[in-house]
Amino acid sequence: MSYIEPHAHMVSRTTDDYERLALAGCEALCEPAFWAGFDRSSADGFYDYFRQLTEYEPKRAARYGIKHFCWLCINPKEADDPGFAREVMALIPEFIGRDNVLGIGEIGLNKNTRSELKIFEEHVQIALDYDLPVLIHTPHLEDKLKGTKIILDSLASFSKLDRSKVIIDHVEEHTVAHVLDAGYWAGMTLYPESKCTPNRAIDILEVYGSENIWMNSACDWGVSDPMAVPKCALEMKRRKHTPEMIRKVTYDNPAKFLSQSPRFKL
Amino acid sequence: MLSKKELLDMYFIDARARLIDLAAFLDRLERHEGADDIRLRYLREALPILLEERPDRAKAVLEKFSDHTTELSETAPFQGASGAPVS
Repeated sequence: MSYIEPHAHMVSRTTDDYERLALAGCEALCEPAFWAGFDRSSADGFYDYFRQLTEYEPKRAARYGIKHFCWLCINPKEADDPGFAREVMALIPEFIGRDNVLGIGEIGLNKNTRSELKIFEEHVQIALDYDLPVLIHTPHLEDKLKGTKIILDSLASFSKLDRSKVIIDHVEEHTVAHVLDAGYWAGMTLYPESKCTPNRAIDILEVYGSENIWMNSACDWGVSDPMAVPKCALEMKRRKHTPEMIRKVTYDNPAKFLSQSPRFKL
Repeated sequence: MLSKKELLDMYFIDARARLIDLAAFLDRLERHEGADDIRLRYLREALPILLEERPDRAKAVLEKFSDHTTELSETAPFQGASGAPVS
């Protein structure tokens, strides 16, 4: 099957993973800027990271026939120091016009702090200034519900924000309705332990429908599986979902949202 | 959509295995020494939700393990997440 992996951190993955993704039918993948597993000590570290996302990873993906796109920001985990965060954000204009940059992300909250929220809102303003889509990370585990509500309250204060250009990622059963009911797109991350399992993601589709929602592996350096999307597609098939439904959530929906960036071309 | 019987045929053994694994985890905790932990309290409080007659048990369990405060923190008390509101 052909599918789009809308959220993968390939800087943390091996070239073998690119091959596996290609063999599974991945046509394109999108890599949001994120926390690399340790805090970077200077903005220069992010300069190199943004070069990696916009220069090196597209070439690595292309060797396997996969189109590579990315999102730029300072991730919420490293955004609790506003001075440092603003140094990194000052780099974004230099990279924002590059061919594979789709928008601003994954911004959001980590531990729901005042500084994280301030930097989140400054990122949203950058997206508005450049008329770009936004990809939002919601916090982990016990912090997710609170963080999702804070993010939604904050977004509501941006009167010019087009909600159809915003995807709020890592939703689970207790947050998905908050996101969809407010008019945003929702992303489900398929993790073995800490987010949705494939069967839970399919349950969410059955209960909340298949409009404005996608699924992703968010594979990174932690417990994650780059094959999560095709494995979930297989589980959907086992549960007798139609090929059209499987195609919709693994290809058509991501293509529809991502095509709001003129740089996303399959 | 699958019927109840088809779902049970496909997933009963998996669900059974997960339930036994959880039971063994609780046994294991009792066998080992150490102070009680708030995470274990959350786990015990979540278990009755499984027996409730409702269509959204997964959502209710996730809400049980969630921080329900509303105010922003001044600083992050620690950087990770433990799975239950411990601070």
